[in-house]
Amino acid sequence: MELKGWRDIPIGGMILEAGNAVEYLTGGWRAFRPVHGEAECIHCMQCWLFCPDSSILVDPENEKMAGFDLEHCKGCGICASICPVNAKVIKKAGEELARDDPRLCIRMVEEGKFQE
Amino acid sequence: MSKFEALTGNDAVATAMRQINPDVMAAYPITPQTSTVQKFADFVADGLVDTEFICVESEHSAMSACVGASAAGARVMTATSANGLALMWEIVYIAASNRCPIAMSLVNRALSAPINIHCDHSDVMGIRDSGWIILFSENGQEAYDNIIQAIRIGEHPDVLLPVAVCQDGFITSHSLERVEIFDDADVKAFVGEYKPRWPLLDLEHPKTYGPLDFYDYYYEHKRQQVEAMEHAQGVILEVADEFNRKFNHNYGLFESYRLEDAEVAVIAVNSTAGTIKVVVDQLRDEGLKVGLLKPRVFRPFPARELVDALSHLKAVAVMDRSVSFGAMDNAGPLFLELVAALAFHGVHVPVADYVYGLGGRDILPGEIERVYRDALKVAETGRVERMVTYLSVRE
Amino acid sequence: MATKLTPKELSKRPERLSPGHRLCAGCGATIIVRQILAAIDEPVIIANATGCLEVGTTIYPYTAWRVPWIHNAFENAASTISGVEAAYRSMVRQGKIPEQNIKFLAFAGDGGTYDIGIQALSGAVERGHQFLYICYDNGAYMNTGIQRSSATPYGAHTTTSPAGKVIPGKQQFRKDLTAIMAAHNIPYVAQAAPSQWRDLMKKTRKAVDCGGPAFMNVLSSCNRGWRHGTDETIEITQLAVDTCYWPLYEVEDGEWRLTYKPKKKRPVEEWLKRQGRFRHVFKPENRHMIDELQAEVDRRWERLLRLCGES
Repeated sequence: MELKGWRDIPIGGMILEAGNAVEYLTGGWRAFRPVHGEAECIHCMQCWLFCPDSSILVDPENEKMAGFDLEHCKGCGICASICPVNAKVIKKAGEELARDDPRLCIRMVEEGKFQE
Repeated sequence: MSKFEALTGNDAVATAMRQINPDVMAAYPITPQTSTVQKFADFVADGLVDTEFICVESEHSAMSACVGASAAGARVMTATSANGLALMWEIVYIAASNRCPIAMSLVNRALSAPINIHCDHSDVMGIRDSGWIILFSENGQEAYDNIIQAIRIGEHPDVLLPVAVCQDGFITSHSLERVEIFDDADVKAFVGEYKPRWPLLDLEHPKTYGPLDFYDYYYEHKRQQVEAMEHAQGVILEVADEFNRKFNHNYGLFESYRLEDAEVAVIAVNSTAGTIKVVVDQLRDEGLKVGLLKPRVFRPFPARELVDALSHLKAVAVMDRSVSFGAMDNAGPLFLELVAALAFHGVHVPVADYVYGLGGRDILPGEIERVYRDALKVAETGRVERMVTYLSVRE
Repeated sequence: MATKLTPKELSKRPERLSPGHRLCAGCGATIIVRQILAAIDEPVIIANATGCLEVGTTIYPYTAWRVPWIHNAFENAASTISGVEAAYRSMVRQGKIPEQNIKFLAFAGDGGTYDIGIQALSGAVERGHQFLYICYDNGAYMNTGIQRSSATPYGAHTTTSPAGKVIPGKQQFRKDLTAIMAAHNIPYVAQAAPSQWRDLMKKTRKAVDCGGPAFMNVLSSCNRGWRHGTDETIEITQLAVDTCYWPLYEVEDGEWRLTYKPKKKRPVEEWLKRQGRFRHVFKPENRHMIDELQAEVDRRWERLLRLCGES
C-alpha cells in the first residue's frame, strides 16, 4: 500500500475500512501448504473451528468445506493435526505417517514444491 | 436570564456540569476536586441529570472510561487534580491523540512529594505537551464560563481535542463567591447537541480505534494533532465571541488589565491575577504606570497576540506558580514560553521570572508590589538583574 | 433463534475476524477469538488491551476487525469497555440511540488481566457493567518477548524468569485469577479452552446472557513462548486440560460446576515434556520441581472438586 500524507488519512489513527487486513497477504509466510489428499473430506468443519487465520473456505449453502484460502493461510498445520479423517487414516495405517502422506485427508506439503 | 448565587468554584463547575448534562462522567475523588464530584453525585442521585456517572476505582480508569465513552459517541466530562492527573497521564495523551473531546475540570494542586493538597500549577504544567487545550480561570465565575465554552471548543469538527479548564485548588475551588448562573435552557442551547462523527456505537460502520503505528505513520498522526491545535485558537475566539454576545462577557485569549498605557506589567494566571489587580490599582493611585496581562488560553499558546500586547512595555515580570526543574535557571514554564515568544518575534522587552505560591504558599499584595517595583527598576536600567526569583521561600 | 452450536451451522456465520492479521502461525489467541465470536449471534463492540492480539490485528493502516473495536492502553481494557457500555446505556436511556442488544466484550492477555490490568477488571465488575471479559491466558507477556507474568506456570523458562545456572525458571506458583473473579460474586465466571470448543461456546453464551459482568479465562497456547510446533496448539491445550493443570469449570451465580472431567487424569509431566520452556526441569537436579508442580496441581484440583461437589 502506498504511503499516504497526513491530510489523506482519518484523524486519530482511526481505521474506517473494517477488515481491510484481507489486503495483507500472509500466505507468503508459509513453509508448508495444506492440500487435500486421497481420503475424502466429511465436511465436519473441525478445520474451520480451529483455524487461527479464518482461512478455511466454507460453502454455506451446501454446508461444505470448500478449500483453503491460500492468500492468507500461514501453513500452521493445525487443520491437519485435528482433522478426524486424518486420525482415522493414521489409525488404519497403524503407524506414524509423514505429514504429506498422500493417503491423508489434509496433507501438509512443502511450500517449496509449489514455487515456479 | 440569569441569577446570582453564592457558590464555591467547585460547585459553580458542578452546576455547569448539571446544565450541560453530559452522557457520561467517569471520575475519581481527589482533594481539592472532591466537592465537584460530590455535588454532581447529588444531582445524579436526585435525578437532575441523565448522566451515567461511573465511580471508577482510580483516575487512570477515569480517563480510560472517558476515552471509551467518548469514542463510543457520548459527550463526556470529568474532573481531577495533581496526583490524580499524574496517574492518568498515560491516558491523557491517548485522549488527545484519539481525538476525544472530553471536558475536564482541573483543580490545580501541587504534585507530590511531599504530598501537598494545596494550590500550585505543577499539575497542569505536566500535561502541557499532551495535546489538550488548556484554559485558566481566575475565579469560580470564569471556571463556570470556561467549562461551558470548553464543550463547544472541544467538539468543534476542526478541533476534536480534549479541554482542561483550570482553577486554583482551595483558593477559588473552595471559596464562596458571587457567581452568575445562566438559565438551564440557555446553557443547554449554547452547548447544543454533540454530533460524533465516528462513534463506535455506529454498528453500520464498524471502525477501529487505537491501532499500532510504526515509524511510517505515527508522525503523520501527530501532524494532524498539530493541525487541530492550529485551528483551536480561531475556534476558541469564535466560541468566546458567541458566549460574550449571549451572556454579556468579554472572553478572549487573555485579559488585559490597565495594560494599554502601562510601562511595566506582570503576567500571571488564575486566582493570583485577582490579587494583582488590587495591587495595580494601588500603584496606579501612586501614579505608577503598571498593568496586568492574565492569560486565559495557555494551549494553544497565543504567542503572536501576547507579544503584540506586551511589545510596548519597558519591562515584564512573569509570575509562575510552578518550577520547571532543570530548565534555564530553573525558571517556571510560563516564563520560558513567553521569553521564547518574544525572542522569536524579535521583540525585546526585558522579562524576569518570579516563582511563587508553591504548595499553596500564600502570595501577599506586598510581595506583588515588590515584583512591580523590581520591574520598574528594570524599566529604568533596561537590565534584568536576576532572571529567576523565588518569592517568600525561607532561605 | 440462536445459531445451533454445530460446526456446520456455526460455519455459516460471518467471519468477524478477517484473515490477514499478523499473529503467529498456529496462535491460540485468534482461535479463541473466532470461537467466541462465532458463539455470539448479537452485534459486539470490543475493547482490547495491548498485547499480541491487539498488535497483530491492527497494524496501521490495516485492521482485521469487522466489528467496532477500540484499543486504549495495556491495563485498561475493562475500564475502557466500562466507558463504552455506560455511553450506550446512557444514550439509550435518553432516547438518543435505539436499543440494539449489543454485547460488550473485552479481550486481554494474562499480562493485561492478571497483573497490570487487575485493578481495572476488579473495579469494572464490582460496578456491575454488563460486559464479558475474556482473558486469553498464554502464561507470559508474550508480545514483548515472553516475560513472566503472575499466570506463568511454576518452573517455566521466560525471559525474565530464565532457566539459569542458579535459578531454574519461575519460582512461584501461578495466581488463580478465575477464583479471584469468582470471589467478586458476579453472575458468571468460567475457565475454558479452545480444544473443547463446544464447552467454550456454551460458556460464552451463558456469559453474554447473564445480564451482568462476566469473566472467562481461556487457555491460549503460544507455540513461540511455550516452544512447540505450530500444529500442536490444540493437542497441547487439551493436554493442559487432561492433566488438570487447566480445569474447565464455571461459577454461575456462586454455584461451582465442573464442566469437564478427564476420563483419565494425566500426570502433568506429560504436558511439560511437550514444551521447550520446561526442558530444564527434566534435568536430574530439577526433577523435584515437576513433583512440586504436580503436588500443587493436585491440591488445586482436589479443592476444585470439593467446591464443585464432585468429591
